[in-house]
Amino acid sequence: MKKNKPISRRSFLKGTAAGTAALAIPVGSADASVWEAFFQQHFQEMDDDEKATVIARLEKEYKKRYKKDFSIKTTEAMPGVLFGYGLDLSRCIGCRRCVYACVKENNQSRDPQIQWITVLRIEKGEKFVSNLEEADKYYYPEKVPEDEYFYMPVQCQQCENPPCVKVCPTRATWKEPDGIVVIDYNWCIGCRFCMAACPYGARHFNLKTPRIREEEINTNTHYLGNRPRFQGVVEKCTFCVQRTRGNPGRYPACVEICPVGARKFGNLLDPDSEIRYCIENKRVFRLKEDLNTSPKFYYFFAT
Amino acid sequence: MKILATNFLVLLKEIGRGNRYYFAWVALLALLICAGAAAYMQQLSEGMIVTAIRDQVSWGFYISNFTFLVGVAAAAVLLVVPAYIYNFKPIKEIVLFGELMAIAAITMCIMFVVIDMGRIDRLWHVLPFIGRMNFPSSLLAWDIIVLNGYLFINLTISFYALYKMANSKEYNLNIIKPLIILSIPWAVSIHTVTAFLYNGLSARPFWNASILAPRFLASAFCSGPALMLIVFQIIRKVSKIEIENRAIFKIAELMAYAMGINLFLLAAEFFKEFYSDSVHLAPMEYLYFGLHGKDNLVPWMWSAMAFNITAFFIFLRPQTRENLFTLNIGCVLIIIGIYIEKGMGLVIPGFIPGTLGEIYQYSPTVIEKIITVGVWATGALIYTFLLKLAIPVTTGELRFARKEEPLRAS
Ligand code: SF4
Ligand code: SF4
Repeated sequence: MKKNKPISRRSFLKGTAAGTAALAIPVGSADASVWEAFFQQHFQEMDDDEKATVIARLEKEYKKRYKKDFSIKTTEAMPGVLFGYGLDLSRCIGCRRCVYACVKENNQSRDPQIQWITVLRIEKGEKFVSNLEEADKYYYPEKVPEDEYFYMPVQCQQCENPPCVKVCPTRATWKEPDGIVVIDYNWCIGCRFCMAACPYGARHFNLKTPRIREEEINTNTHYLGNRPRFQGVVEKCTFCVQRTRGNPGRYPACVEICPVGARKFGNLLDPDSEIRYCIENKRVFRLKEDLNTSPKFYYFFAT
Repeated sequence: MKILATNFLVLLKEIGRGNRYYFAWVALLALLICAGAAAYMQQLSEGMIVTAIRDQVSWGFYISNFTFLVGVAAAAVLLVVPAYIYNFKPIKEIVLFGELMAIAAITMCIMFVVIDMGRIDRLWHVLPFIGRMNFPSSLLAWDIIVLNGYLFINLTISFYALYKMANSKEYNLNIIKPLIILSIPWAVSIHTVTAFLYNGLSARPFWNASILAPRFLASAFCSGPALMLIVFQIIRKVSKIEIENRAIFKIAELMAYAMGINLFLLAAEFFKEFYSDSVHLAPMEYLYFGLHGKDNLVPWMWSAMAFNITAFFIFLRPQTRENLFTLNIGCVLIIIGIYIEKGMGLVIPGFIPGTLGEIYQYSPTVIEKIITVGVWATGALIYTFLLKLAIPVTTGELRFARKEEPLRAS
């Protein structure tokens, strides 16, 4: 039932694209791929062939930009999987290793700096559940942890009821069947409505073309995840979709790196998963529950 | 076909004529537009990094100006209502100029939104059918529809009336009356939908208050007419158009009520936030007293409040309202007051403190300011040209050529 409209739209666009391209290409030295990029369809509306063409074009484009061979996966969500995350606040020592592991894994821009994980430092006894006014993300002590503080990392909470998706005027961001909220970086228009709507400061905007040194780039990517982004689009944590979708999948980079094991990850639909154990045996809470966003990101105190 | 071409030339010729002041004005605007365009080119190539917009405050000066101008555009309706519903003749004659202002204002609104986009090349993604417009879920989709619809309605009404007049025909009110009636709720809708854009975001307590849309409307009915009153006085000075003082004073009276309501709603907001003193007080505190020592908007907000209250009393007292000198002071105070209040004073505190508690003090960069001035100049130029054509048509000095007749444009 979804088929009809997209096809007519597609053929319309192809006609236009061909027409415009025919006009433009002989004149300038414009590469046909510029037009293909311009008229690229929304990811959810592409069939497998179109996806393959787009991936090939993107891999070429990235190669030109970063002088590396990229692999861009389009792995779909696995049936029977709903990803959930747990964070043990009693263990987190605020070392920010997760922040940097994430930057590296997910090809975040180094200049200007983008970080999907924000570690907040909060003075013990201060408010933090629904109001983070006393929290500080700019802390630079000699050594962590510090006696008077505790730390609370925040990243995309992969809301079950995500306000960011609701407000996007172009449907450039949506919730996948496995619960991950993703963005099509080739569809986002950079209006930043989603950033205003997100209650967790999880969305980040590419103020200019992201810069990453060639030797630091991660070429193992997913279309909806860590592939390099463009100027003027929004990005966010995807629970490392390039790692976690697979059988066997890998843990997200932040889970893997955490030196104290504060980070838990798993399938909420699997009764034997670690995340289910945490939810059932610890006292978990979620951030800003009053907003009814229903995050799949659970905080708890294990010890 | 030939007639069309000739008439187009008639219009072009009219725009190309004028006295020294007209040319100086147009040249000034053209200069500002060029500066704005150059600055925008820089923003396009380097990215939004040239603005002060960051993740913490993700909308800034552009969206502030957009919000203010939606109010100006909506206010054209204030003139339509008494003119057509109550048949208040003096206002009726100037409704056209209000509608033309709405056209210019909406054009500026659309420009501001487009300039604020990170990827202008993907603009077509928001179009229905061709792109993937997220209707009805996204309020931005609604806004695109109502703003363009409003532009269309006002274009139709005013161009139809002008076209008929230019052909020396009486225009048929029955044809455009339904459109005029429709334009009234539509004007309300553009400002309501724009308010809802902010209003629906539970992440931002400052905006997430039901008083937002009513306050938007109340303040729009002050700022729009204030701008118009000034323009009307200029029009009647430089042209043969006669705009009665009676019309101006009537509009001023309506503005007094609107400002009264606006101030009352502000007081209600103040009471709720400060008395209940919950965590949601923070943005208000930031605006009027500063938060954790960060207080760059405080002087602006208090000035806006002082301006609005002063203007309220000027417009409330018949003696000062019906004195053109004090009236103009009141208009200027209102324009500045509402520009602060419904611009930066509305958009920025939505982001302060940020969702993770950070306070990022936004203040626009030079490039943002130049681009903004460029957009305003574009709007002013559009309005100037529209008036340049509409005024002689209304006074009967400009007439289209008809088949057998030679040109009569004087
Ligand atoms: S945390 Fe923010 S970005 Fe992530 S799903 Fe929720 S609203 Fe969207
Ligand atoms: S910035 Fe991109 S993802 Fe966010 S609302 Fe706009 S188009 Fe959608």
